[in-house]
Amino acid sequence: MKRPLKDTYYDPASVAGKAPPISDETDILIVGAGPAGLAAALTAAGHGLRVTLVDENPVPLDTMWEEVPLHFGGRMGAAVANRNSVLQSLLDARPEIADALEAGVDVRLGTAVWGLFPQQRTTAWIEGAVAGLADDKDASLLRFKQVIVAAGRRDMGLAFDGWDRPGVMGVSAAHRLATVYEALDCQRAVLVGSDTHALATAHALTSNGVQIVAIIEQAEQVFGDQALLGLLVEQGAQVLTGHVVREAAGDALGVKRITAVAVDAVGNPVGGALTDIDCDTVLLAVAAIPAIELIESTGCSTSFQAERGGHVPDTDSAQRTSLPFFLVAGDCAGVWASKSLDDEIARREGRIAAHTALAALGVDIAFSDTAPLPDAVVCDIAANRTAWVRASTVHAQNQPFVCQCEEVTASEILGQQPPRYLDWTPTDAVLKSTMISSLQDGSPNPDVTKRLTRACMGPCQGRRCREQVATLLGIGAGVNADAIDLASFRPPVRPLSMRQLGQIEETPQMFSRWDAWFDMPSQWTPFWLCTGQQTVAKRPQDGVRLNHQAQNEG
Amino acid sequence: MQTVKKPSTRASVVIVGGGVTGLSAAWWLARDGVDVLVLDAGLIGWGASGRNGGGCSHHHSPLFREEQRLWPMMDELLGYPTEYRPDRISIDLTEHQVSIDKKVVDEAAYYRLRVDLLDAQQVRDLVPFAGDNVLAGFYYHFGGHANPHRTLQAYAWALKNLGGRVLEHTQVVSIERQGDRVTGVRTADGLITCDHLVIAAGPHTGELAAQLGVNIPLVTARAEMVVTEPLPLLDIGGVDGNGLYGRQTLRGNLAYGGGPHEWVDLDDVRGTRAHSTPLQCNIAKRLADLFPKVAHKRVIRSWAGFIENTPDGRPVIDRPAALDNVTVATMSGVGFGLSPASGHAIRDLVVDGTCSFTDLSTFSLSRFAALEPDWQAIQGWLPLPAHGA
Repeated sequence: MKRPLKDTYYDPASVAGKAPPISDETDILIVGAGPAGLAAALTAAGHGLRVTLVDENPVPLDTMWEEVPLHFGGRMGAAVANRNSVLQSLLDARPEIADALEAGVDVRLGTAVWGLFPQQRTTAWIEGAVAGLADDKDASLLRFKQVIVAAGRRDMGLAFDGWDRPGVMGVSAAHRLATVYEALDCQRAVLVGSDTHALATAHALTSNGVQIVAIIEQAEQVFGDQALLGLLVEQGAQVLTGHVVREAAGDALGVKRITAVAVDAVGNPVGGALTDIDCDTVLLAVAAIPAIELIESTGCSTSFQAERGGHVPDTDSAQRTSLPFFLVAGDCAGVWASKSLDDEIARREGRIAAHTALAALGVDIAFSDTAPLPDAVVCDIAANRTAWVRASTVHAQNQPFVCQCEEVTASEILGQQPPRYLDWTPTDAVLKSTMISSLQDGSPNPDVTKRLTRACMGPCQGRRCREQVATLLGIGAGVNADAIDLASFRPPVRPLSMRQLGQIEETPQMFSRWDAWFDMPSQWTPFWLCTGQQTVAKRPQDGVRLNHQAQNEG
Repeated sequence: MQTVKKPSTRASVVIVGGGVTGLSAAWWLARDGVDVLVLDAGLIGWGASGRNGGGCSHHHSPLFREEQRLWPMMDELLGYPTEYRPDRISIDLTEHQVSIDKKVVDEAAYYRLRVDLLDAQQVRDLVPFAGDNVLAGFYYHFGGHANPHRTLQAYAWALKNLGGRVLEHTQVVSIERQGDRVTGVRTADGLITCDHLVIAAGPHTGELAAQLGVNIPLVTARAEMVVTEPLPLLDIGGVDGNGLYGRQTLRGNLAYGGGPHEWVDLDDVRGTRAHSTPLQCNIAKRLADLFPKVAHKRVIRSWAGFIENTPDGRPVIDRPAALDNVTVATMSGVGFGLSPASGHAIRDLVVDGTCSFTDLSTFSLSRFAALEPDWQAIQGWLPLPAHGA
């Protein structure tokens, strides 16, 4: 990397010469030790390069209670409190982790990557490319040359009355608790959604002692794998197509029962057609969402690709993104049915990504893998999500909060209503219609909606409501959800305490010249002391700190 | 914000730039019944207007009195909430920080405004998040803070209610002129004619003015802020200190920034967002030290923004002498809080040719007449070399 030229004078109050303190370096950083990340690590190892594999599990319990990184719904069994036993469960569940260690990979479990910070134009003060790491106590910066993000998937949230109760959770969250933590607190579950991913994950849960008592699907038919559906029905699952959850009832400990309601083709409830089902858990499986938080926040270009399950990074056949050092593999690069049924597809992506990273670092080895292609699209996923949100959320009876963190309802999002803490309503019809028209004219932007309504702005960082909000904006504007821009992600993509984030210290260079705002005394000179013409030639040319006292630059 | 679909081919005043300064100016003009059209290359408020600390307390500025007069009325005038709250507190952890605050005390004396010196216990009583490391503090019975996003949208909605128009995603590709008069602006959708042109386009103000032969010396920089999860509400949310500026939002989040900026090339700003960097760690550390009682609370996001600066860091609000019907405005990185007043000043320049309520001579372009051609290099306001990218 280039260093600032020695004979060039740089503003001493700027970031020049103050690069962040790096605690460690690696050649290939792999984020996520699922099938794709592990395959990448095992492929990358053994070629004389430093390979570092980080995985967020075990996630600190506080973070899990914030529904980060998945919607755990408070169904973490007692075992999650024992970090050592969870680590052992993780190693047992993924024996390839031991293989990676054996192969010389630097494996760091319980470590989240909360940001990736490459040197690029406008962030040129970073030296190289840097990853922000955090475990349950510490935070640090790791420099890397190539990164492979294999961050997996999360579950789309779906609001209905009572969806804030403990026991309403993402199906992927349940699967992770069951398999990685061996700590899923769930006996009788209702599955909401019926695509192949939903059915496959639910079926996997049955071998962890979960009984799937019902499958609820808003569409008139189940689009997912029919063999899996047959297995679940055989094990006692009732199938309710043309239905959504009207309410999840229960007490402080969680869900005890749901009421399903039949809906017509446009999502309106059909009078009297209610079905009560006893259960302790509702598994949200409307859509598996590629987990692109880290990818998008770093600046990789993304687009809505229906065959890959929604917003995903734009990639080529070598698993490259738009950023030259940045590769992706596994579910975060796209979710489709055959990939959910066969881990080998994710592994293959991981191997390809590793080969690409190796080649970029001068290790060119022959390999025969070709990039997996997504399945053909079986249904319009944007329209499908819209149908779910319309039937379940817009037509809910008691205005459930779509954004649970910030307590924002669907009608407040559609009306661009300021948040409740302001206790403000427009004083006349003109003021109100202007607010609503801003949603109806043109293409609504979820980032604008975030700022106005605060939906997506809470501690779960929009993980539970992001897709719902985008879908609602599409409903409000009369466009399909795939036409709505992706709301931006920003680091830290994990809530981290000020104290922990602050462990990455100010360097002495930064401490010596820290100012709240540009350290430019003339900017703050009171106007009654400003005279004459501006010239900068007499400015000091050394790094001496300028005095903040009012001074006349005139 | 609404995108007006109908073709816009003419307005009495065209304002290039839908930030707080341009939107406030448009709102002030619309209040006078002027037919005004605001053009933004992207979304309104997507630059520094939506990425700042929300402070409304600029006692060094000739716009200060008008800023202070207007803010308490803005919710009523606009018809939409701005979340404005009065007063500010500064907390000092070191003697050096106390010495910086003395400048504010001097300026308050100029206006005969009240400042209370606070001892450490008084600081902790007013700001329960503060800790044992407090040396002293100041309570300023003036200034305040507001929500930038809400204010920005309030200007735009209020403008629309007065018949003003906003066109988003509409970049000005050229400016048409006949002799000393601008006749209109050309966009991808065609020509929009006007009687007066206002350029208030943030970092792009300089390059637009340059099309008219008007030199506005500007360099763009990137700066960063962090946001925490919501905390219990302080009585006075506008608390600065420890090298940070910021506020507690009415929702309870702490939104704070500070520390070194990064100078960038304007060409690199196009088509990218302002990325935040590990500077967020340093801001978080300083915030934890400013508010040790809540240091365990979590940062949930960060953001960065691009800000333009003039050589002396002071605004330009002026009518270039060589042109009959053009007004240019850049607030040089300190524009949000002053926006009610800067919009009023721009309205006055457009309609009356002179500002009715203050002396804008320190904002004039003529002060740069003797500026060195290589002023940017002399000050070291240079982008750092970036490898590869």
